[in-house]
This record gives sequence, structure tokens and C-alpha cells, in this order.
Amino acid sequence: MTEEFKVEIVNPEKSFLVKDDVSEVVVPAFEGEMGILKDHISIISFLKPGIIKILSISGDENYYIEDGIVEFKNNNLSILTSKIFNLAEIDKSMQQDLLKQAEEEANKTDINDQSKYLADQKVEVLKTLN
Amino acid sequence: MASLDDLKKRITSVKSTQKITKAMKMVAAAKLRRAQESAEKGRPYSKKINNIILNLSNGISDIENAPKLLSGTGQERVHLCLVMTSDRGLCGGFNSNIIKKAKNYFSKILDEGKELKIITVGSKGNDQLKRVYGNKIIEHISFKESKNANYFDADKVGKMVIEKFEAGEFDVCTIFYNQFKNVITQIPQAQQIIPLNNEGEESSSDESYEFEPDEDEILSNLLPKNISTQIFKAMLENSASEQGSRMSAMDNATRNAGEMVDKLTIEYNRSRQAAITKELIEIISGAESL
Repeated sequence: MTEEFKVEIVNPEKSFLVKDDVSEVVVPAFEGEMGILKDHISIISFLKPGIIKILSISGDENYYIEDGIVEFKNNNLSILTSKIFNLAEIDKSMQQDLLKQAEEEANKTDINDQSKYLADQKVEVLKTLN
Repeated sequence: MASLDDLKKRITSVKSTQKITKAMKMVAAAKLRRAQESAEKGRPYSKKINNIILNLSNGISDIENAPKLLSGTGQERVHLCLVMTSDRGLCGGFNSNIIKKAKNYFSKILDEGKELKIITVGSKGNDQLKRVYGNKIIEHISFKESKNANYFDADKVGKMVIEKFEAGEFDVCTIFYNQFKNVITQIPQAQQIIPLNNEGEESSSDESYEFEPDEDEILSNLLPKNISTQIFKAMLENSASEQGSRMSAMDNATRNAGEMVDKLTIEYNRSRQAAITKELIEIISGAESL
């Protein structure tokens, strides 16, 4: 019995990433970080801004996402997200851009508590990326 | 009968038109490939999100208090129609097909005494609809600046629709677009997105899920996203259909121009020969009379 399962990350434009030798995925679920191993119970949850960690045989990868939904079923993990970046590809200026956007959003006064919370999260995560 | 000079001019003019249509066909073919690719790539996302919603709505415990985006406002008085067309013409029946479908639907709605509101996406639809339904069009959106359909634009439309829904401006929302089947066939579609119409679709599994946080909260977060996703899907299908439709229209035009050039050339040659014959006869009869 292998201990690997399949992960698929999709964004509206395309299938972003497909890997089938993943041993663990850590996702920033809405109520805290969640580690998913093989044979996890079927679950649907949505994500807050944060880092997805994918641990696999062919190498570990980290992604920054701004929102998303995860679905885990039959050892298939699907992550749907509209904004995702590979951490390895984010350079200083890009990080600053994203941070600036997030800060602008967080400083808006006419947004509700939830979007405010999400925007604050974004700022926090982006600040730790250095 | 037209003079030789006139014929010559017409042949050149048709030939240059043919060159243009041929070039447009080539461009459309190149763009089609890209558009088709992105339409296909976009499908998994919309399918997955649909699946999750389906699973969720099956598991929902309290139907009465389900989010309004799913269950509707309880009445069907005001209809909002999102008519998605292209910004450019010369693409065969592409726009007229959507408009025709939409107009059928409009007259049905109006016959039933319901209120109608229209949002047009793409300028061609606006041009065709504003004559008859001008007073019903509440918003006109065009993405002329963006080269390819992108999610950001779709999200903007989606947010606007949701805003209007929450303000109680309409009860039912339908989008009109062309579904891309293949290069020669595009099927005009009317898809109801609010309230979500899942009839006839079976859930992929009966398996129960664990939800975190609870179903209602996930649903109320997911449904607005689904609206944008569906609009985005429609945009992708539309852009692929537009290019496909343009390609076959231009292909036809090129062929027709070719036929016309052939016909005109024959006519030109005939008149030229007729003129020569006439001159010969004149010369011969002149020589005989001497």
C-alpha cells in the first residue's frame, strides 16, 4: 500500500497543477491550517489567504493563494482557486505589489467584517513571505 | 453591357475583398485554436465547482433557510437577462443567433406580464437590442480593451449581478451565450444561473461529506463564486464560438468571391473577344467594299 494520493489544483483559466505522488498537503482552511494525508475523510472546506504546502516524492512545493475551496474525496484532493502563485516564482517586487493591493483592500472602510478579516489575513501572510 | 474598363475594375475590387476575407479567415483560425484551448481548459473548474455545489445542496439540512442564490426569492416577477455577444462583427450568424434566442425569451416573459431587465455584454448585442428593447436595457458592458476573456472581467460582471440581486432588483437571472460545439456548429444557449437550476443533474455520489465550517456558510461563499464562474465559462465558450463562426463565415465569403471573380473574368473575356470580332468585321467589310 502506498501512502500517496492525488492532488489537483484548478483555477478558472486552466488546470494549474496535477500531481499524483503526494504524501501530505497542508491547506490554510478557514478555521485553521489543515493537514491532509491519505484516506482522510471526505471533506469540503474553503480556504483563507495563506500558503499551501505540498509534500511529495518528486519534491516539495509551496503556493500562495488568496481564496479557494478544497474538496477531498476518494483520495483525490481538488483545490479550486481563482488566485494562486508558486512561492518560488514570487520575487520581491511582485510580493510588494500584492502586499500593496491587500493593504489597500484592508484599509477600505466600506467592507464588511468578513472581507476585512480576509484582507487582513492577506496582509499578514504576505508580510511573512520575506 | 458594362464596358471592358468597368469589368476590369470590378474584378480587381472583388479580388481585393477576397484577400481581406482570406486574411480574416486565417486570423480567426489562429485565434480559434487559442480560444478553443482556453475554453477546454476552463471546463474542469466550472465542472468541479458545480459538482461541489450539487453535493452541498443535497446535503443541506434546512431548505427553507437556504441561501437565496440557490433557492430563489420565492417569486418570479422580475427577470434579468444577460445577453453575451461579441464586440466585433463579420462573424456570420453568431450574434443574430443569440439575439434571436434572447428575443424569443423576452417576448415570452413580456407576454406573461412579467418585468424584464436586460444587461448586454458586448457591443453587437447592444446595437441590435436597443432599437426594440432600448428602455429595458439597464446596463451595457463591453470588454473591448481586454484581448482574451479573463476571469477578472467575468468576476466584475458576476459581482454586479449579485449586487443587483441582493438589492432585490430581480428574481431570476438567465444568461444567453453560444456554446461551442465545433467550428461549424455553435448552439445558442439560455442558462438560468439565479436561482441555481440543478434539475436533471444527478449528484456524482451519495457519499456524505464533512463540512468545515457548516454547509450553509460554505454555500453562501461558494454560490457567488459560481455565478462568476458560470459567466466566465459563457465568455470562454462565446469567444471560441465567435472565432469559429467568423472562420466559417470568412471561408464562405472567400469562396463566393472566387466564384464571382471567375464569372466576371469570363464575362470580361467574352466582351473583349466580341470587341475584337466586331473590329475584324469592320475591317473586312471595309476592305471588300473597295
